Amino acid sequence: MEAVLSDYDLYLKGFALTVGLVLVSGVASLVFGALLAAARVGPIWVLSKAASLYVTIFRNTPLLMVFIFVAIAMPRIGITFKFVEEIAVGDWSISAFFFRACVALTLYTSAFVCEAFRSGINAVPLGQAEAARALGLTFTQNMTNVVMPQALRAVVPPLTSVIIALTKNTSVAAAFGIAEATSAMRTLGNRYGDQVVEIFFFIAIGYIVVVELLALGSYALERRWKVASR
Amino acid sequence: MSAGVLFDAPGPKARVRHRIYTVLSVLALAGVVALVVLRLADKGQLEYALWEPFVTPDYLQVILDALTQTLKMAFGAIVLAIVFGVLFGIGKLSDHAWVRWPSWAVVEFFRAVPVLLLMTGLWLAFSIGDGPLSPFWCVVIALTLYNGSVLAEVLRAGINAVPAGQVEAAYALGLRKSQVIWLVQLPQAVKIMLPALVSQCVVALKDTSLGYYITAPGLTAVMRPIYLEFQNQVPTAIVIASIYIVVNILLTLLATWLQHKLVGERKQLDVPMVGAGTTSTT
Repeated sequence: MEAVLSDYDLYLKGFALTVGLVLVSGVASLVFGALLAAARVGPIWVLSKAASLYVTIFRNTPLLMVFIFVAIAMPRIGITFKFVEEIAVGDWSISAFFFRACVALTLYTSAFVCEAFRSGINAVPLGQAEAARALGLTFTQNMTNVVMPQALRAVVPPLTSVIIALTKNTSVAAAFGIAEATSAMRTLGNRYGDQVVEIFFFIAIGYIVVVELLALGSYALERRWKVASR
Repeated sequence: MSAGVLFDAPGPKARVRHRIYTVLSVLALAGVVALVVLRLADKGQLEYALWEPFVTPDYLQVILDALTQTLKMAFGAIVLAIVFGVLFGIGKLSDHAWVRWPSWAVVEFFRAVPVLLLMTGLWLAFSIGDGPLSPFWCVVIALTLYNGSVLAEVLRAGINAVPAGQVEAAYALGLRKSQVIWLVQLPQAVKIMLPALVSQCVVALKDTSLGYYITAPGLTAVMRPIYLEFQNQVPTAIVIASIYIVVNILLTLLATWLQHKLVGERKQLDVPMVGAGTTSTT
């Protein structure tokens, strides 16, 4: 108990970093994943195959391997992302470690985001688009009024799963020099060897809070967008 | 409208446009690949000396041993996870609230907590210094708890996917509740679940690499001594990643084959990451 209370600072900083990683790499992988999905379902054969190759590679590589590529292998060929440390907003700047972790998480998560979007689009029955065209709607009207609203609703649950997985995956950054929540547990555990169980539960509760907040947010979106269907 | 919901079958103008885009994207992709290869060659990463360990029998033996360790951890975790999953999956479906709620709490807890946190917690509590568990078993137990919880949820969804008429018919024939579960619901649910189970093997296999953080053996852990000896970080990462990818693709192919063989064209059973109430399953 006292371990967490006396080092409350470490605990809070750890979760602040975890949330920071989730926000930055979450937004980045939503954008990149959406681009991938566009290439994946688009009419250009080559782009579709390239996106599918990307998804296959990154879905089958452990996240830790992606981290090793970004943090250990890429510096060998001169890509260290050191330049981000030059950028400073006021007295606040990003460390290269944080940036690398975000790059690795984004590369990995985008593959899953792409698949989530694709499954959302596939969930729209073909007859919907056909009916819309038969009624004389133009392509744009068809997209904005018929296909996308349905795809967007279908995409919320799988996308939430992906973002929740991302939240848990940020823990891997602990192995690469980021003092986020899991690494905070290791530090605290080393410091107070006799209180490991309490420390573990405290950190676990922190993760559960973040994950449940995401789940509740998604549930609220679902409720809000729900249409009287069937 | 063969192309799907997103666009019509292209006309002559669109076909020309698509052809132009195709050529442009081929050029762009080829450019990216060329850039990567040039960069690697420029930094001397394509020299034979750096790749030599991966054609040397002794080192191949080391890598093969590491692969065996990884597969052992994944296999052990999956077997134990199936046991865990069956126990808690059926627990969640129990008619008794005092069985249902604890099972629910255990499953939700282990699904919401990062595997690495579990692993590190186990390692700190039971392994570091001279604890009773080796890092190997910390990995296996952590993966069992996580994958078992996911499988419990898969099992619940699988049992719920068995048509209600089956259960009603079984009760009408006078079967007891346990008989209905073991003789009617489970055998049919297993068929629906099997592809999801194999997909979970891919997850378990990938997560064994997290043992790197707690000094467990395995494919990821074997990289460090190799690249420290030869300073060949890039080739090592490429080779080891390829091994993971090949094994996982084989497993995915097995899952797809099982899906076609056992379930037909229906979508693979999918469970949301968290909260049984948040999204409707199947």
